[in-house]
Amino acid sequence: MKRNIFLLMTCLASTLFAQTPSGKTIMDKVDDNMSAKTRIMTASMEIGSERTKRTMVSKSYGEGDHKSYTEYLAPAREKGTKMLKLENQLWIYSPSTDRTIQISGHMLRQSVMGSDMSYEDMMNDKPLLEQYKAEVTGTETVDGRNCWVVTLTAIIPDINYFSRKMWVDTERYVPLKEELYAKSGKLLKRITFSNIQKVAGRWYPMAFVYKDMLKDGSGTKMTIQEIKLEASISSNIFNLGNLK
Amino acid sequence: MIKFLFKGLMRDKSRSLLPMLVVSLGVMMTVLLQSILGGFLNETIESTANFTTGHLKVMTREYSKNSAQIPNDLALVGVDTLKKSLQKQFSNISWTERIQFGGLLDVPDSLGRTRAQGNVSGMGISLLKNDQEINRIDLKTRLVKGEFPTKAGEILISDDLFHKMNLKLGDKVTLISSGMYDDMAMYNFRISGTLHFGINVLDRGMVIADIEDIRAALNMDNSAGEILGFFTGEMYNNKLAKAAAQSFNAQYASSKDKFAPVMLPLSDMNDMGFLVAYSESIQTFIVVIFIIAMGIVLWNAGLIGGLRRYGEFGLRLAIGENKNEIYRSLIAESFLVGTVGSVIGVIAGLLISWYFQAVGINYGDAMKDATFLMPSVMRAHISLTTYYIGFVPGIISTVVGSMLAGIGIYKRQTANLFKELES
Repeated sequence: MKRNIFLLMTCLASTLFAQTPSGKTIMDKVDDNMSAKTRIMTASMEIGSERTKRTMVSKSYGEGDHKSYTEYLAPAREKGTKMLKLENQLWIYSPSTDRTIQISGHMLRQSVMGSDMSYEDMMNDKPLLEQYKAEVTGTETVDGRNCWVVTLTAIIPDINYFSRKMWVDTERYVPLKEELYAKSGKLLKRITFSNIQKVAGRWYPMAFVYKDMLKDGSGTKMTIQEIKLEASISSNIFNLGNLK
Repeated sequence: MIKFLFKGLMRDKSRSLLPMLVVSLGVMMTVLLQSILGGFLNETIESTANFTTGHLKVMTREYSKNSAQIPNDLALVGVDTLKKSLQKQFSNISWTERIQFGGLLDVPDSLGRTRAQGNVSGMGISLLKNDQEINRIDLKTRLVKGEFPTKAGEILISDDLFHKMNLKLGDKVTLISSGMYDDMAMYNFRISGTLHFGINVLDRGMVIADIEDIRAALNMDNSAGEILGFFTGEMYNNKLAKAAAQSFNAQYASSKDKFAPVMLPLSDMNDMGFLVAYSESIQTFIVVIFIIAMGIVLWNAGLIGGLRRYGEFGLRLAIGENKNEIYRSLIAESFLVGTVGSVIGVIAGLLISWYFQAVGINYGDAMKDATFLMPSVMRAHISLTTYYIGFVPGIISTVVGSMLAGIGIYKRQTANLFKELES
């Protein structure tokens, strides 16, 4: 009898172990869902500070991870502000000054339009597996969904976040929550994804809240109003001349 | 009696001249020291007040906790209403709002691309409405080239930065900074003039523009980081400032809002407490030092004079005067010497102080690498105290000196005094 129980336990454990994919496999599957060759997206960004709430609407175009162009459509003060990212360079055009300024150095640490996201966050376009070692460190439930907890630890120096923890839906392979940590272990940012929908055959979060844990306020809520994946984008879009 | 003693002093100059000279010199030094030191401390306090702290400053509670970081996202809102209420509540104080900020100054080339960039720290003050702030910060003496902004969109820039960035008057520059909502703010200015402060940190990259421009640039409509209060026509008065702050803050004591306004007196800001306390106690300090030093000098002068006059004391005792009467007359004489010496010392001290008040001592060159705000010309300040500060120690030290020296009279035996008289 004891031998049978031991065999049963061993079988169950090996079955469970076999069912747990590796961190790399999970991250590759997440990448399949989240990355597209091209994307065109209209989104609203609600920034909740302690004193006020502001909502901005933007339309952005992206090609892979290296090129993106965003134009702000509302409110009036931000309307016409454009941002262009080409590889590791970022430019911002301000219509009120009619100036295009390259964002570099310590300016990259500034917040994007007062949100909880920094320009540095925007610029980090390298695939996660090139920067981090992924390990599955557990399973948890987020919003009633079973998730793999994937811990990513930096394998390169000079990185903004030394480690990350990602809660990945075990069925749909979309992140439902992510936490970004400093080397000291201090939690710096938390992102929660919601409204997961099927877009062009892949699961995609249509809303997320980006919260800078060092700032007061309720965080920045991004809601995707319209998204087109793998759509064709004119090459003129990713051009400095297009900013003015 | 006084007339008699005075005659004696006038006729026997060896009895009065030296103590009188010592007293006059000491009193003159006291008056001079009080006016120069007082003037210097006042000027230092006033320049800090005019440039940075005001005599009083109103901020939000959160802003005041992090004021070194200039957190404009925590700035006061509804400034118009708040200023009106401050003016109503404290009519003897003039209130003005300011915005401090930091950022980058970007200079475009002919194609609009960045040609040069420099770090700046800046201040938005009321420049276009009137000259009050220009005079308060003494900008007229600091203007090197060009003129003060006469219309919106103009900016004053430090002369050093102006040359470093190879700029010309009228050039367009873009200020890149953080807005009130922590967003990136960009705003164009034309350079109307350049300034030289003589203080390294300011000359490295100070810019000054009209507060309405800075409001527009940083999205701070009807907001300001700070509202500064200045006692009308008066220098800083710590007692009044503390009382005003206490009464203002009491109104918000029950509020838990971290953006509620809070008022701070100058002595509670920028480590100015020590300077204010020092300035308040300097007069007592000078008087005490003077009494001790002069007391010792006059005691010795009295001893020498007393020894010389032992024969006279002996004669006076012989003709029936008692020791107490001699001692009293000695003190009365010293009082007269002290009074006359003090009057001469005060007049001399006031004349020299007046010269230093009008002309001042320019030590700007020695302060060119200073990292903090100090006046470049040190001026004496003649106050009501200057007129009487010399009298108290002048008379007290003379009298105390004579009292100590005169004790010898009681210690001498009458018989000995007779013997000395005979010899």
